[in-house]
Amino acid sequence: MSAASSPATAPLTIGGVTLQSRFFLGTAGYPSPAVLQQAVAVSGSQVVTVGLKRQLAGDGKPNDFMALVRATGAHLLPNTAGCRTASEAVTLARMARELYGTHWIKLEVVGDEHTLQPDPYELVEAARTLAKDGFEVFPYCMDDIVSCQRLLDVGCRILMPWGAPIGSGQGLLNPTALRTLRARFPDVPLVVDAGIGSPKDAVQAMELGYDAVLLNSAVSQARDPVAMALAFKLAVESGRLAWEAGIMARQDMAVPSTPVTGRPFVL
Amino acid sequence: MIAITVNGQAREVAEGSTLADLVAQLAASPQALATAVNGDFVPRDVRAAHLLHAGDQVFTFQPITGG
Repeated sequence: MSAASSPATAPLTIGGVTLQSRFFLGTAGYPSPAVLQQAVAVSGSQVVTVGLKRQLAGDGKPNDFMALVRATGAHLLPNTAGCRTASEAVTLARMARELYGTHWIKLEVVGDEHTLQPDPYELVEAARTLAKDGFEVFPYCMDDIVSCQRLLDVGCRILMPWGAPIGSGQGLLNPTALRTLRARFPDVPLVVDAGIGSPKDAVQAMELGYDAVLLNSAVSQARDPVAMALAFKLAVESGRLAWEAGIMARQDMAVPSTPVTGRPFVL
Repeated sequence: MIAITVNGQAREVAEGSTLADLVAQLAASPQALATAVNGDFVPRDVRAAHLLHAGDQVFTFQPITGG
């Protein structure tokens, strides 16, 4: 990259599209629809996650959210939040495909109420069915190599390991596992999903060589979500640029950076 | 009339009603929601041919924010 060129990072090809932004943003929990709209705009995100909910009695009015989220121009990534079994997730994914008009699905099958940890067994079963059914499955998964391999075996082309429990903001709890996953699957698009709390966590994920990050609460729960969306945009770009530029190797001992010859006044 | 549930709530519909008839009562437009009956997705274009039966559990979903 020359000094005069813009500091754009390499584009990301994922799910059959090519994106400039490596920052996927969730749409839940913002103080208002207007703030959500501004946050998405400032973030530069080209992928936003969306959900489905059971209709409440008498709630048959036109849905403003759909119009708002379509107006962002971002690719929509519906999730299967709340599902506990493969069967539930498959049904909800098919509903999502019809409602949102996309074959992308963020596949969530949760196995533990307290940590919202993915259930790797149900996840693989759901992924198998959905991949056969033509979905591009973005599985919210563990950072475990074997369960990730199973997901790839059944047709997933993307992996989205958690950094920490959903909504916890704890950052990357096991960077070693994430680094190992990156090394084992060098050609699979990897997205850190869940647990990111601050922009430094996004930088860390990108510096580990992850292709993108997906987060929601870290922006929506900030005092100023729009400013935080910008902070994350810059962090993701910075971390990716650093990865592409090549981070220096760590040394155990000091290595003088000034090219002096010995001590200045000692011959 | 036959008794069904819609999103867990008891409801009566005329015998011979289809899922499309029910959706017309629930939403301003058929595109506004997605449907499942007894746990299985029922696509929009087959709702009109999907007869409802006593005891059916219908679920209707709509877009919402999500993470």
